[in-house]
Amino acid sequence: MLRDITIGQYYPADSILHRLDPRVKFIATLAFIISLFISSTWTGYLVSTVFLAAVIRLSKVPFRFMVKGLKAIVILLLITLFFNMIFTPGTPLVHFWIITITREGVITAIRMGIRLIYLIIGSSVMTLTTTPNQLTDGLESLLKPLEKIRVPVHDIAMMMSIALRFIPILLEETDKIMKAQIARGADFESGGLMKKIKSMVPLLVPLFISAFRRANDLALAMEARCYHGGAGRTQMKPLRYERRDYLAYLVLAVYLAIVILMRVFGRYLI
Amino acid sequence: MSIKLEHVTYTYNPGTVYEMHALKDVSFEIPQGQFVGIIGHTGSGKSTLIQHLNGLIRPTSGKVLFEGQDVWAEGYELRKLRFQVGLVFQYPEHQLFESDVMSDVCFGPSNEGLTQEECRKRAKEALDHVGIPEEYYDKSPFELSGGEKRRVAIAGVLAMNPKVLVLDEPTAGLDPEGRTEILDQIAWLHKTRGITIILVSHSMEDVARYVQRIIVMNEGQKAFDGSCKEVFSHYKELEKIGLAAPQITYIMHALAERGLNVDLSAVTVEEARDSILKALGKETSCSEILP
Repeated sequence: MLRDITIGQYYPADSILHRLDPRVKFIATLAFIISLFISSTWTGYLVSTVFLAAVIRLSKVPFRFMVKGLKAIVILLLITLFFNMIFTPGTPLVHFWIITITREGVITAIRMGIRLIYLIIGSSVMTLTTTPNQLTDGLESLLKPLEKIRVPVHDIAMMMSIALRFIPILLEETDKIMKAQIARGADFESGGLMKKIKSMVPLLVPLFISAFRRANDLALAMEARCYHGGAGRTQMKPLRYERRDYLAYLVLAVYLAIVILMRVFGRYLI
Repeated sequence: MSIKLEHVTYTYNPGTVYEMHALKDVSFEIPQGQFVGIIGHTGSGKSTLIQHLNGLIRPTSGKVLFEGQDVWAEGYELRKLRFQVGLVFQYPEHQLFESDVMSDVCFGPSNEGLTQEECRKRAKEALDHVGIPEEYYDKSPFELSGGEKRRVAIAGVLAMNPKVLVLDEPTAGLDPEGRTEILDQIAWLHKTRGITIILVSHSMEDVARYVQRIIVMNEGQKAFDGSCKEVFSHYKELEKIGLAAPQITYIMHALAERGLNVDLSAVTVEEARDSILKALGKETSCSEILP
């Protein structure tokens, strides 16, 4: 049932991408997304495609896992494509009723489509190769400078990692309570909207109680071990850049440089 | 009138890196009215196994038959099966949700489509059977003690009048007194209602004094299946899979090895005492020995 859902969707494998420092992957994903919006020529997209394909290859994660993330944005994608097609002025291609599809519209739509799809696949590569805990560690370390302007970076990171840690636990709990109520003849599927909402009560009440109980237990356990926030706290496995991380930054810089150069000198290429 | 499993295999997350075979080719039949214990170490597949009994999960391969009918056949009403095979999960008190004890116990029967009056009658019977007195009916289930909550939750399943009652570790987290109390009540239900009871546990000691038959699970497979006496005679193999026979079994085997003609099937202290006294040729009861 609910056990089949994997949030955070980490895919364990032994690849160079899995071993990279989470900060590298975070910055690389951000840079890749920016690069998608820098490119304006087809050759620019080709470079991004090659880069993305190489990264996917290196990650050793089966391609179908990357595509999974796309399912969630299919509707968004269709709407974007549709409105781009009809609202871009230019040479009309097809015309019926009040809808006019223009040549420019189709081109913009395809570009938008490529950008969106690559954006999702690019971030999927990061979440598939990085455990949620590594991600929060990386984020905390990257946001550290913000502490100077009194942003509680450590607290935010701690909340994030606790929230992430509780997702599978709460899912399992939901699954368990759901099964227990189904065993008592509860029906979560049939009936109209009102009946369905009502049928959620036997699921939600125990779930909330259990969430509060767990939160309380965790808070007690943390206090019992003298947790007092981020000040002076050290990490068991502090993030440290290795040679491969610098290498990855180098590759990333080369890629970005190519994309930017193509943007600047793009018109001479085509 | 029975529950039958035929070559049931169950795999979690098939085809992914998280693939795990929870059950491997498990077959057995439990006739109506039997009191069965299912024993196994944590992760041996007990909990997965019992969820097959009322159709909560579908076997990856193999068949589940209730009263001769395949419960996963087209057109079989799984919901009706769930009213006949009551399943009490581990820590059942975590499923309580109503504002008072009575309505919570009524949840099952009202899902069955019974009138409110009928529901209350069933609920009262069930609460009586687990020893919850009438002055508790209007209390919030969250005000009760741990043991009381557990008994209310069991009553919630019992109120559906199931023919088969499956309990997953009903004594987990209770003190010794609460443990015997719950197990005694379950044994009493078996006697008075004549229903099949399937008791899941990892403690031999708990189960041995109540059940007629033990099924031992190990790594998703059925390791032993038989009467307490048969299963406990394998006490050396049981140790290898991380289980232990009741302490009495060890004492009796040790005594037999030293030539005393004692009954090896004794599982409770009382049985052992009588058997040892008999072997020693003294048909006395305790009260005559003790001052």
